[in-house]
Parts: sequence; C-alpha cells; structure tokens
Amino acid sequence: MAFYVVQFLTGLASAASLFLVASGLSIIFGVTRIVNFAHGAFYMIGAYIAFTLTERFSGAFGFWGGVVAAALAVALIGVLVEMVLLRRIYHAPELFQLLGTFGLTLMVEDLVVLIWGPDDLVGRRAPGFKGAVDFFGQNIPSYDLFLIVLGPVVLGILWLLFQRTRWGVLVRAATQDRDMVAALGVNQKWLFTSVFAVGVFLAALGGALQIPRDAVHHAMDLRIIVEVFVVVVIGGLGSIVGAFVAAVLVSELNAFGILIFPKISIILVFLVMAVVLIVRPWGLFGKPEAAARKTPGLTVNPWRPLTSNERLASLAALVIAAMLPLFAGNYALTVGSEIAIFVIFAVSLHFLMSVGGLASFGHAAYFGLGAYGVAFLAKMAGLPMIVCLLLGPLLGCMGAAVFGFFAVQLSGVYFAMLTLAFAQIVWSIAFQWVSVTGGDNGILGVWPASWAASPSHFYWLALGVAALVTIALRIAVFSPFGYALRATRDSVLRSEAVGINAKRIQWTAFVIAGTTAGIGGALFAYLKGSVFPDNLGISLSVDALVMVLLGGVETVSGGVVGAIVYKALNIWLVSQTDLSKLVLGGFIVLIVVVFPKGIVGMLEILAQRRRKSSPPGSSLLAKPIESAE
Amino acid sequence: MRARNYFVGAAFALLAAGMGHSAVAEDIKIGEINSYSLLPSFTEPYRKGWQLAVEEINASGGINGKKLVVVSKDDGGKPADAQTAANELVSSEGVAMLTGTFLSNIGLAVSDFANQKKVFFLAAEPLTDAVTWAKGNKYTFRLRPSNYMQAAMLVEAASKLPAKRWATIAPNYEYGQSAVAVFKKLMSEKRPDIQWVDEQWPPQGKIDAGPVVQAVAQANPEAILNVTFGPDLVKLVREGNTRGLFKGREVVSFLTGEPEYLDPLKDETPEGWIVTGYPWYSIKTPEHDAFLKAYQAKYNDYPRLGSIVGYQTIKAAAAILTKAGSTDTDKMIAAAEGLSMPSPFGEITFRKIDHQSTLGAFVGKTAQKDGKGVMVDSSYKKGADYLPSDAEVEKLRPKD
Repeated sequence: MAFYVVQFLTGLASAASLFLVASGLSIIFGVTRIVNFAHGAFYMIGAYIAFTLTERFSGAFGFWGGVVAAALAVALIGVLVEMVLLRRIYHAPELFQLLGTFGLTLMVEDLVVLIWGPDDLVGRRAPGFKGAVDFFGQNIPSYDLFLIVLGPVVLGILWLLFQRTRWGVLVRAATQDRDMVAALGVNQKWLFTSVFAVGVFLAALGGALQIPRDAVHHAMDLRIIVEVFVVVVIGGLGSIVGAFVAAVLVSELNAFGILIFPKISIILVFLVMAVVLIVRPWGLFGKPEAAARKTPGLTVNPWRPLTSNERLASLAALVIAAMLPLFAGNYALTVGSEIAIFVIFAVSLHFLMSVGGLASFGHAAYFGLGAYGVAFLAKMAGLPMIVCLLLGPLLGCMGAAVFGFFAVQLSGVYFAMLTLAFAQIVWSIAFQWVSVTGGDNGILGVWPASWAASPSHFYWLALGVAALVTIALRIAVFSPFGYALRATRDSVLRSEAVGINAKRIQWTAFVIAGTTAGIGGALFAYLKGSVFPDNLGISLSVDALVMVLLGGVETVSGGVVGAIVYKALNIWLVSQTDLSKLVLGGFIVLIVVVFPKGIVGMLEILAQRRRKSSPPGSSLLAKPIESAE
Repeated sequence: MRARNYFVGAAFALLAAGMGHSAVAEDIKIGEINSYSLLPSFTEPYRKGWQLAVEEINASGGINGKKLVVVSKDDGGKPADAQTAANELVSSEGVAMLTGTFLSNIGLAVSDFANQKKVFFLAAEPLTDAVTWAKGNKYTFRLRPSNYMQAAMLVEAASKLPAKRWATIAPNYEYGQSAVAVFKKLMSEKRPDIQWVDEQWPPQGKIDAGPVVQAVAQANPEAILNVTFGPDLVKLVREGNTRGLFKGREVVSFLTGEPEYLDPLKDETPEGWIVTGYPWYSIKTPEHDAFLKAYQAKYNDYPRLGSIVGYQTIKAAAAILTKAGSTDTDKMIAAAEGLSMPSPFGEITFRKIDHQSTLGAFVGKTAQKDGKGVMVDSSYKKGADYLPSDAEVEKLRPKD
C-alpha cells in the first residue's frame, strides 16, 4: 500500500514541473492565439541560466535566488522576443507565428551549445531538499515533496492573479474574445507583452527547477515541448485548472502505467489525448471557441487559376527543371528528386491547410504510411517497383480515411493536435512492432528497379509525379469540390446553410491529402532505399508545416515554392555549416519578419503594386505565381 | 561556413556540390558522417580525435605519399539525411570511402547505401549487432565492439555475482532492446538459476525517473542491469540515489564508464557499478601514452571515448588505404579483411568472417575520487575473446 501512495506522490511531483510549463503555454495561447513552439526553448534557457547562477552563488540564497533570477532573466528575453519579433506578425495568417517561434527554437539549440559547451551539465541539489523522507519503508525525495506543494501554490497564485486583479480580468476577457477587448479600448500591445512575459517566466521557472533532478543539455526543449502541448490540449486551451488536472492525469497514468505495461510511456500521452479529444472535443476544461469574426474575402484574396501566359511560364519552368540532368551531376539530381518529393508532400498538406483550412500537425503519418506501404510490398510480397508505387500510397489513403474521420469532427488547434496524436500512435506502432517494421532499425534494401535506378531517371520520375500531383490538386482547387471545400474553410455555418455537407467534404479532402502524401512517401522510400519510423515522425510533420507557411498559406502556389526553398536551403546549409540550425533558424525568423505573408504571398503583393503603377500588360511577364487579383 | 573544418575550401565545396565534379586528383578523400548537431557531447571529442589522426597521418607522409583529406558532414540524427550526405560525399566529393555514424539506425542506413552503391563503409560507433551480422554486407566494416561483445564482457563479471533476482532498465529502442536481450541470453546460459523480476523501458531521452526507480525498487531485485546513458542516466542516478534504489544492490551498466557519461555525474557518481568504459587516467601502455600525450598537447583537454573512436576510425581507414595502394573498392575490401594495425588500446584486427574489428573495451567499477566519477579496478577486454564461434557467426550473417 505504501508503495502505491509513494508512486502516486512521485506522479504528482512529475506533474508539478509539467504544469508550470504547460500553464505558461496555455496562457500565451489563450490570449495571443500564438502556438508558441519556442516555449520549450525558454524552458531550456531557464535551466541553463539557472545552472550558471547556482554554480556561481552557493548557499540557500544563491540557489533559490539563482532559480528566480534565471526565470526573470528569461522572461526579459521573452519580452524582447515578443516586441521585436511577434508584434510584427500578429496579423499574419493563423499559425504563421508558429514558423517564427520554430525558427527561434532552432537557433537556441545551437546557441546553448556554443555558450555552454556540448557536455551534459549536472547542477546542484536544492539546499534543504537533498535527501529523502521515509514513508513506511519507501523513500520520497524531499525535493519531490517541495514540487508537490509548489504545483498547487502556483495554481493558486495564478488563480488569484486572474480573478482578483484588473490585469487578470483583461487576460480572461481577451482569452474569451480579444476583438471585443480591443474594441473597448484596452491597449492590446502591452497586454500581449505582459502575458507573454508571464508565460515565459513560468516556462523558465519550470526549467530552472529541474536542475536538482535533471541534466541540463541542448535537447531539453524538444523533450518537453510536445508533451506540454498535449497537456494543454487535454486540459483545454486557455484553462489553467485544466492544465493542472491534465498534468496530474498524464503523470499519474504514466506512474502507474509502467507497472503494467513498461513500454507504454512512449505513447501514453498521445493515447490519452486522442481519447479525450474524441470524447470531449475542446479538452477537459475548455470551452468551444467562439465563432471567428473574420470576414471571408477580406483576409484571403480571391484565388484564380493561372492565366494562359502563366501556364506557359510554369510549363517552361518545368521543362527547364526537366533539363537538369543535362548539366548537373548525380548528387544534384538526387537532391532534385528529394526536393520534388517534398513538393508532393508540401502540396498535399497545403491542400488540406490552405484550401481546407485544416492545419494538420501530423501529416508525416500519411507520408510515412506510403513509404511503409511500399516497403512491405517490395520486401515481403516482392512486387515490382511500379506495382509498389501504385499500391503503396493506399496505406496512406487508408490511414487518412480512418484518422481523418475522427479528426474532421474537430477544428482549429484541436484538429491539429488530434492529427498529431494519430501520427504519434502510428509512429509508435512502427517503432515498437519490431518483428514487422524492424523497429527503429527500419526496413532496408528498398531500392528502385533498374529502369529507375540511375539518378537522372529517378529524377524524371519524381519530377513527373510531382508535376502531375500539383496539376491534379490545382484542378481540384478550382473544381466544384474545391469551391465547396473553400466554403467550409471560410464559413462552416454559411456553407452548411447552402447545403454543403461540411464534414464529408473535409473528410474527402483529408483522404485526398493523405493519399497524395502517401505518393510522396512511396517515392521517398525508393529514393532512400530504406524506411524508418523517422518518416512518420513529428519533425517531418513540422517540416511540412514550415514549408507551407514559408511559401504562404493564403496562396495557391505556396506549397510548391515553400518546399523548394526550404528543402534546398536545408540540404545546402547542413552540408555547408556546422551551425546549420542557427543559420536556418535565423533565416526563417528573417523571412517571417520580412515576408509576413510567406514568400509567394509577398511576391503577390509586390506584383500587385507593380501592376498598379505600370500599364496593364507588362505584368504578364511576371513570374508564374498566383496573383492576388 | 564550416568554422572548424580546415579541410575543405568552402568555395570548392560549393562548386563541387553544384557541378558534381570530383576531387583534386593528388589527394585521397575520405567521407565522414556523424550526428554532430544531435550528440555534441560525443561528437565534439570524436571530431577532435579524427582531426588529430589526419594531422599525424599527413605529418608522416600521408597515404603512400598522397595527402589524406577528410570531408565531414552532419546527419542531424536522421537516417534519411545521412543518406543525402553519403550521396553528396560519394557523388560530388568523390570520396574513396565512407566512415563514421553513431546511431544504429543511421549506421544501418549508410551500410545499406554502401551495399547498393558498392562503396566501402567503415562504421565507427553504431553498436547494433545487425551491422555486421543480420544485415551485414561485404562493403561494411565496424570498429567499435558491438552490443554482443560488450554484453559478453559484462556477463563475465556479472555471472560471478551472487545475485539471483535481476531487473533491467533500458531505453525503449533497438539499442536498449538488443542490449537487454543479449545480456539476458548470455547470462541465463551461464546462470540458469537467475530470475528476471522486472523490466523498465523508458523512452530514450524522456525517462520519468521517479516512477521508474520506484517500480524497480518495488520488484525488489538483488541486481540491476542498466542500459540508459546521457541525460537519462543522470536522472536515473539522481532519483536512484535519493530513493536508495542502489543501496545493497549490484548494478551492471553499459557504457557508464565512458567519460562522456560518467563525468557529468560528479559527486553523485554511484559506487561499485560494474561498467564498460574508458578510464584514460589509468591506462598505462606505450600506445595509449603516445595518444594521450599528442591529444593533450593539441587540445589541452583530456580525451573521451569519442576521441578514441574518431582517432582510430581514421587511422584504420588510412591503414586500409595504404595497404590497398588504391581507392578501388574491391581492393580496399581485400586489404581490410584480416588487416591488423596498432591502436591506442593495442593491436586490433578486422575479421574476415564478419568485418568486425577486435577493438575491445575496459570493464571496471565506478568510484568517486575528489568529487568526480572514475573507473577503478579496470582491465582491458580484448574484443576477439568475446565473439561467438565462427560457425555461429556464419549462421548469423547473410552470404555476400
């Protein structure tokens, strides 16, 4: 019995640190609607700075002072980030801020290694909380008891802050309806800055308090960020109490789950999240989001198909791309194939995200399923390449059909997180089911047949498929189905009022996007000759998001351009510099600031301006990119 | 641009990447791939090790008079990116062979690439047995003692312990799973009386150490096998120390004696764990002294195990190239099979039968000295003594 009590208390201690970080994220999202990917980075910087301070100043005052000072210092950094970077992009399309904070995260990961060195750092134990307390023969670390008390105390302070201060009232009001708060004359700028500072302070405090338990190292951010998102979503976005309950729920399930299924902790949070979201679409303590007041047609420029000149220009670009094997070497061709495959992947997500308004955080699942489909068919059934390429993507299609059915019942960030949960479940199956998938050692030897083996042939194959897929999806965008899908994106209520079955349309779009991603994955398996669980992983899903956002989420060609720019840049930077994350992150941040509508979005604006200042006709020479007229 | 790579002009690399031209004819190029950005605590000393080797080789006349150049790439910890890098090295840098890699899945991905493109690959670190056995191929050689070998070394010491009730803690991925599987198999063969009372599989890099420690303690084992390393190990040790998990229990632990993982533990280093590792401070052989002196003179820092791996990888590559007298893949394979060479740990041989080197490891016990973790009572275990019989290896390895 004592054991179960101790296990419960241990779970509570784990929950406390999770809650600190999650509550910060929840507040920030509630008010600013920013999906703050950099929250883990702030957590990590908090730990690093606290490590430095507590090493320098010893004693109880040095330790606790160092922890608080570190959190304050990081909060200041947060203020700086908010004022310099985020303020410029609040009006960018939804989720675009994710791109900026993603860039920041990349930069921080390289910066901490530059500043603090590559070794894992182990900080001091907390003065006064070094030992353990005996509980009927079981030991509970006294620091755990401290954390168990701290969690509810922070919850209480936050509650008082939100219920009993004017600032708290404003924050709650903004969480509920920030347009109305702005209309009532509240200075949103400073409200947002202060909220961001409080959120970052909590993250950094959570990081600093890990020093006595954890090692400080450069991958701490990724270790926590996804879990924290999950906790926030299970609890309900913007709900502090929800975050607390969810943190306790997840930690306790983990503490007791490993007694029965020792391997469960790898997937547990995602299983819980999937179940919670299916049963309660807005999390345990969340409320349905108020209907958005955006006016369709003002936020998004109407789309139009390419003009015949633009079609010719696109065709010319394709022909030029197809001539690459005449003057480029094998490596350039293989990179070209990889870029073409990522164009397919990005275009498929773009179809879901830009046309359907459904941002998936787990799109790599269908890419990876396509790749695994090919690998199973080629290695187990021994089918020829062409058959594998045709049938492999069906696995992606089936996955999308099943998961999409549940996912489209939700919208917004909840949709995104449910897709993430499904992707993680698929990933963990690929990771754990060693006898079938080979686990993380993957499936090797999926090489192309001789007709496609040479780099130039494979490049033509990939380029051809990418072109076909892009054209097909463009046709879909401007077909009646595409119009219906865009209608559901712009206003679910109005589209249902005119008789569109929104859920079915969205589900169909999900399946189309998943199948298309599967086609990309099938080609990818042959390009690399092997398939790994990485192909379904979070980082690939994030890459796809970044590509679409970079290209421009409100444009028709954003996926294509974003994929080419991001993938080419990524491959080139990794090959050329040791600090690829710092440089790539810096570049992304720069793009976010300079092109708040993405690359294509910005080019459209430029083209529009030029057209206004120059006589009509000259604009026909403009690049074959979607124009905003 | 690559700040620390003295070996490739950036402009040249750019040109080569764009145009697909091959190397300057007089130099011999080796391609090297590792997870530099993902695992800096291992790869930074590793990089220093191979840079020292390159310097020494070129100072003593290069490879049959030709200068050795190493072109190094980061794979970011992703198999797909490692293959892109491998392709760049082979197709546009024109390297004679590929070396490096840390993670098992990346080692396998590059080995499969090498098999497909008929390129020589010398795997440095990946520990999975599959590299030389189940998924071995004629183009792939490996330097580090494999999972099996390290397990066998530990079992030799562990089987002498009186403990009968054992629990295991290992990261939930291929490395952890196969380490536990091999250890259990070898251990149960020697000691049929052993009971396995609990197993914990925390996700790699995400251990929730409190509940794991508590769960293991609840099973009340007499001895524990640990396979976690890096930040996970730190958390496990801290929770275990506070909760008294290790008190009165024997612990056998993979890799914990390597300075990369032992040094961060400082005054929390648990005493008396049986570990594999690298006690650079207590190895007194002329070969190691020479390496240690050169390394400390160049970097003003002590070597980690990564330094040895990086150093010996490039030394081995150079020895193979020198003997082959050519960069032809088949000639290099013929030269490498059965080739013996000196190393800081003494002479090693690349076995013909499975392309595994006989580099060994040190087994010893952890202890604290002046608030720092050290390995004591350590002895070097030759790799050759801990491999299964040739007949068994032939069964494990597909025919070329």
